[in-house]
Amino acid sequence: MDTLRLLNEYMLKGDVERVEGLTAQAIAENCGAKKILDEGLIAGMTTVGEKFKAHDIFLPDVLLAAKAMHAGLDLLKPLLAKDDIPMMGKVVIGTVQGDLHDIGKSLVGIMLKGAGFEVIDLGKDVAPEKFLDTAKETGADIIGMSALLTTTMPVMKKVIDLAKEQGIRHDYKIIVGGAPLSDEYATEIGADAYCYDGINAVDCVKSFLEVK
Amino acid sequence: MKKALKFPVEKVTPSVKAILKAQGVSDSSMADDRILRLAEKTLSVYEKLARPIGIIRDISKTDFKDLFYGEGNNEGDAPLGSIYESSRHLALFAVTIGNQICSEIPALFGANDFAAGSMLDSTASEGTEKTAEALELFYRESLSRKDEYNPSIGIMRFSPGYCGWHISAQKKLFEFLQPAEIGIELNDSYLMTPLKSVSGVIVAGKKEIFVFDDLFYFCADCDNRSCRDRIKALMESNSF
Repeated sequence: MDTLRLLNEYMLKGDVERVEGLTAQAIAENCGAKKILDEGLIAGMTTVGEKFKAHDIFLPDVLLAAKAMHAGLDLLKPLLAKDDIPMMGKVVIGTVQGDLHDIGKSLVGIMLKGAGFEVIDLGKDVAPEKFLDTAKETGADIIGMSALLTTTMPVMKKVIDLAKEQGIRHDYKIIVGGAPLSDEYATEIGADAYCYDGINAVDCVKSFLEVK
Repeated sequence: MKKALKFPVEKVTPSVKAILKAQGVSDSSMADDRILRLAEKTLSVYEKLARPIGIIRDISKTDFKDLFYGEGNNEGDAPLGSIYESSRHLALFAVTIGNQICSEIPALFGANDFAAGSMLDSTASEGTEKTAEALELFYRESLSRKDEYNPSIGIMRFSPGYCGWHISAQKKLFEFLQPAEIGIELNDSYLMTPLKSVSGVIVAGKKEIFVFDDLFYFCADCDNRSCRDRIKALMESNSF
């Protein structure tokens, strides 16, 4: 389908107006919301992610593409909701209590949305209970926590311990990220994975949810 | 001496090259026109919103000993321990580029302007470092005026949270320096607000005292390693 192929191309160029226009055109051509999402927007963002991983493009290119994707997604959302089409999975993310750093976590959220996941972003300075309560209320699959300070990293363990206390630890996969973290630390506190950037977080979430 | 200083924005504006490097574009010639345009646009936002300001206060070695110890969480072999003991002058400092620019970053993200938000974040971080550099230069010039600076003297900045100096030392640093006077606050996690702030100690002494190898075990966790370039530049410099 030419429109979807063009959508892919303009996603890569981060051309908001064209992506918006082509999404509207694809809707008018009755391509189907799910098909436009999967074969147009998500496929475009997947190509962008691959090019970034291969160092062919840079972070600003990825974020310009993400803006274009969001413009298209805004047009599709009402149709997806109307047809009751579920997203690929649900992820609750936030920066842990005591920490006000927002950017890394936001970038992860942008990349996850770009990959077709529903993201509930709790923002920064999020209390341990809030992560779990939101995950329960929304039926999330994954909880993602971010910390940029060595002094706030231990809050991640608090969330995991609280999930164990509540007997819900195995209801969710828990991923962690942030500059001072490591694979070793993630293992030590009982998280399921450490993600070093947004693209890696997408791969990680996909593997947990067995999404191809 | 205790002094608060405002800096002209143009004196602490980072270069496009530095911003792009912070965005992962190590070679700015590889960036296409739209990224270069975005960087230029971001710089104009920075110049409009940044309010660079700093505060500096001399501190004696005796007072600094307690401050450096902080809450007792430092690594035993933190290099600053021996560096400050051999120093000639010490001054605590804090700088920020203000709240306005820090509020603009999430606003851009909220408007789906992710690339602009991310680039402004990098620009603000670079600008904060430039402000710290400007304050360090002010300190050097003030030592020069008192004939206490010559080509054999080196000056370097150190911040809690780096090089084995535990971040909890921020508490005593803030008690002594009182940077709330210029709008910088500290939370219970030792995080400064505005987020784009830097604090620490400026050390002046014989250049040789600053030389150390990055072989401490905590160096392995450091993703910065700017100490290497700073020590190299210090040893090669002959400014007077």
